[in-house]
Amino acid sequence: MAKEFGTLFLFLAGGFVLSLVIVFVNWLLRPRNPSSAKARTYECGLETEGPTWVQFKISYYLYALIFVVFDVEVVFLYPWASSFKSAGLVPFVEMAIFIGVLALGIWFAWKKGAFEWN
Amino acid sequence: MTEFLTTVFNLIQGILGVAPTTLALALPWMDIFWAFVYFVGAVILLIINVIMLIWIERRAAGFFQERVGPNRVGPFGLLQTVNDTIKLLGKEWIMPASADRMVFLIAPLLVVTVAVTMYGLLPYGPGITPVTLNVGILFFLAVSSTNTIAVLMAGWGSNNKYSLLGGMRTVAQIISYEIPMALSIIGIVMLSGSLDLGEIARSQSHVWYVFIQPVAFVIFTISALAELTKSPFDMTEAEQEFVAGYHTEYSGIRFTLFFMGEYANLFSMAALGVVLFFGGASGPWLPPWMWFIGKTYVFILFLLWIRWTFLRIRVDKMMKFNWKFLIPVALANLLVTGVGIKLWQHFVERSI
Repeated sequence: MAKEFGTLFLFLAGGFVLSLVIVFVNWLLRPRNPSSAKARTYECGLETEGPTWVQFKISYYLYALIFVVFDVEVVFLYPWASSFKSAGLVPFVEMAIFIGVLALGIWFAWKKGAFEWN
Repeated sequence: MTEFLTTVFNLIQGILGVAPTTLALALPWMDIFWAFVYFVGAVILLIINVIMLIWIERRAAGFFQERVGPNRVGPFGLLQTVNDTIKLLGKEWIMPASADRMVFLIAPLLVVTVAVTMYGLLPYGPGITPVTLNVGILFFLAVSSTNTIAVLMAGWGSNNKYSLLGGMRTVAQIISYEIPMALSIIGIVMLSGSLDLGEIARSQSHVWYVFIQPVAFVIFTISALAELTKSPFDMTEAEQEFVAGYHTEYSGIRFTLFFMGEYANLFSMAALGVVLFFGGASGPWLPPWMWFIGKTYVFILFLLWIRWTFLRIRVDKMMKFNWKFLIPVALANLLVTGVGIKLWQHFVERSI
């Protein structure tokens, strides 16, 4: 296992170093000609107005919340699925109940209008 | 090779004055050597893929739209991407004065890091898997969703309203479509009984899973397009709505890094599809890795064909389609698969 995670670490670190090298080559080759006009925020030529980092539309957070619920569900499902064939009927029924509860959750969010974008 | 490495190692030990023997046995030098070989191979594959895929994207899209596409640089315009990359390498660094410096600079680096890591997890053939994990598929999904963070960093760090909108939309889209994708893969895991990508590919020696799980395949294809933010789900770069989405403020080499990541991910996502539904690297006559690459390119062409054919859909319709149609269908597919496997075991295999 140490070998596998070592290789994985090499890929992670190597990928980062690779991108750093590409940026470094660009840093060596780039022309240096700064001006304040280039550093302005580009919004189709209009002057930017007001702060960008404001409180955002609530729908995004609703989606994120429902996503967390379902992602955790999926993580629970994976180990169950990998031993599904060897397991008997009882785990199957248990998981059917588990998914049923979550389907109920989807139905609730649906009726509450969490999936409406307005 | 082993003798050579041992000799070199002993030489270093001799120079340092350390007593030879102990370290040479304790440290797995061959493993480290092979890890480097795999890494260099993966990077070369990634670069070739990016060059080929951008060429295909431009040239084949041109033919689809009854125009010529790039045809000047090299044979059939094949060197166009190389030319563009070299040109972009010599571009100035431009960063908005109001940007969040750290976040703005790290985002494109993260994209490439994630792309390279994903190449390490793919089973290219028997014996050519850089990293064999027993939780491979789960890890693959986890790494691929790290892209979300890079996109959000780019959108937020630019301090540009269009970038922020694009970034937020991308995050909402990618995390939403991750659920049907993961659910469609669970059906495959139930059939193969393993989370290891190589094992899943090998378990299809009799019949490809695309024939057993056609619904899962359709769900997977749709969510793969959404995960890759390709049209009809390219809300993130909707030019008519916000300039170019999260990479509006990026130019020169940092823009190139985003592009590299995008096309590298196109390959790894299609490769995942091949592993799950088309038997991975199996096939007659040719060596397995050729089959793997060939199948992946066919699947990529299929994805790009969809991309060139369909128009962009509206953002609210896209979300509605995911939550009100795709996820319920994926859950139902899961249930049907489970019942199907149990019935098969009961009546055909007579094991329960």
